Amino acid sequence: MSDTLSRTPLFALHVELGGRIVPFAGWEMPVQYAGIIEEHMAVRQAAGLFDVSHMGEARVRGRDAAKFLDGVMTNEMSTIKVGMARYTVMCQPDGGCVDDLIVYRLGQEEFLICLNASNAPKDIAWMRAHVGSLQVEVLDECAAWAQLAIQGPQAEKILALVTSTPLAAIRRFGFAHGEVAGAAGCILSRTGYTGSPGFEIYLPAASAEKVARALLAAGKPHGLVPAGLGARDSLRLEANYPLYGHEISERISPIQAGLGWTVKFSKPDFIGREALHRQAQGGPSSSVVLFSLDDRRIARQGAVVYSGETPVGEVLSGTQSPVLGKPIGTALIAAGHAASATLTVDIRGHRIPLRVSVEPFVK
Amino acid sequence: MSNVPADLRYTKDHEWIKVAADGTAVIGITDHAQAALGDVTFVDLPKVGASFGHGDVFGTVESVKAASDLYSPVSCEILEANSDLNNSPDLVNREPYGGAWMIKVKVKNPAELAGLLDAAGYAATL
Repeated sequence: MSDTLSRTPLFALHVELGGRIVPFAGWEMPVQYAGIIEEHMAVRQAAGLFDVSHMGEARVRGRDAAKFLDGVMTNEMSTIKVGMARYTVMCQPDGGCVDDLIVYRLGQEEFLICLNASNAPKDIAWMRAHVGSLQVEVLDECAAWAQLAIQGPQAEKILALVTSTPLAAIRRFGFAHGEVAGAAGCILSRTGYTGSPGFEIYLPAASAEKVARALLAAGKPHGLVPAGLGARDSLRLEANYPLYGHEISERISPIQAGLGWTVKFSKPDFIGREALHRQAQGGPSSSVVLFSLDDRRIARQGAVVYSGETPVGEVLSGTQSPVLGKPIGTALIAAGHAASATLTVDIRGHRIPLRVSVEPFVK
Repeated sequence: MSNVPADLRYTKDHEWIKVAADGTAVIGITDHAQAALGDVTFVDLPKVGASFGHGDVFGTVESVKAASDLYSPVSCEILEANSDLNNSPDLVNREPYGGAWMIKVKVKNPAELAGLLDAAGYAATL
């Protein structure tokens, strides 16, 4: 990986808006503007606009495109209808995750895949290495696309002010091609990573600033604020969405992460099938739980979880939930202890009881 | 630019201290520190009567992003901890030099005060 950081087409706008810029996954990104909690609550109550142009994109096309994706992804790809998207994981033979992705079916033989920023080169190399004799090509389109996410209960109303695309016709995990603020060639997708309703917009990189300014101007009277990666992280954690490198990784499989619903054993074969099937049958050696704390201290990544005096796991993500007003997080817990009523987490020498939650904190 | 009041003394670790004529002092963190931390969610302060040496960790301030130690600018004994911060840790963001004072202390060794930065000296470190 290069040690120079990349900038999205919106870098100058972030600086102009007072964004605090930090390095993230090889990119210079705004972690916050006004403040993480304020931006978080704006998304829950009105709307927030995120620059997610650091995310990668790959186009997979060819006669065997669907068959190819069925072989490298855990979820079923050949049954996605044109105009719809599906969340999936891409696994190693041992069941560890290469990445988690959203796959958009553009046509019978054409897909657009959204990749995590830090994994994009690895994902593209991985897919290309598994093409074999199939009639398919994997195109790197990371530089061509910018991405904006407009999220929150007011998101649809605001987006409708700057696009002629009929949004009501787009179902959850559906998408449409259209213009936004006069920029042609956009993809408008009813998806998101916050647990609030909204859209993600794929747009030509050259149009990103014009579209972002138009959305911010149109949305301001409706409570739209620019939102940074800090709020994106606290929002996704309240909704219990995994983040690669935390809840899923090369060492944490989708079965361990509670993403078994994305693994379709009905498919005859895909990379990782055997290992994942063993885990699903016998139970994995450890699994990810969501928790909250009745305390003011936040359990951060790496904090050790105990059952009685025995270390049984570690925290994967931790933050303050603005909606609950208390700390939340995820932890990887050894088999047999996830349901224990006596789990505690060590925070700077304090043992705080961990309250495992079966449900996300927002729905 | 951060606010750096002229009537306070400072540490390089971004604590401020206001010394009174009777040998007591009030300690908090600077405007620069609160801005760098972001939304503060918890302030862990010591009990009355506890003693700390110069540079010792006397507490923790926790924001959404990270937990940071608080360092004692001087050797001191705790006379009072600001209980308002229990329920309103966000005071640290709003009034770092006022309502969000953290501890009131008895200064044990006034000679240590000479080693602290004045406003111009602290501003030069930012």
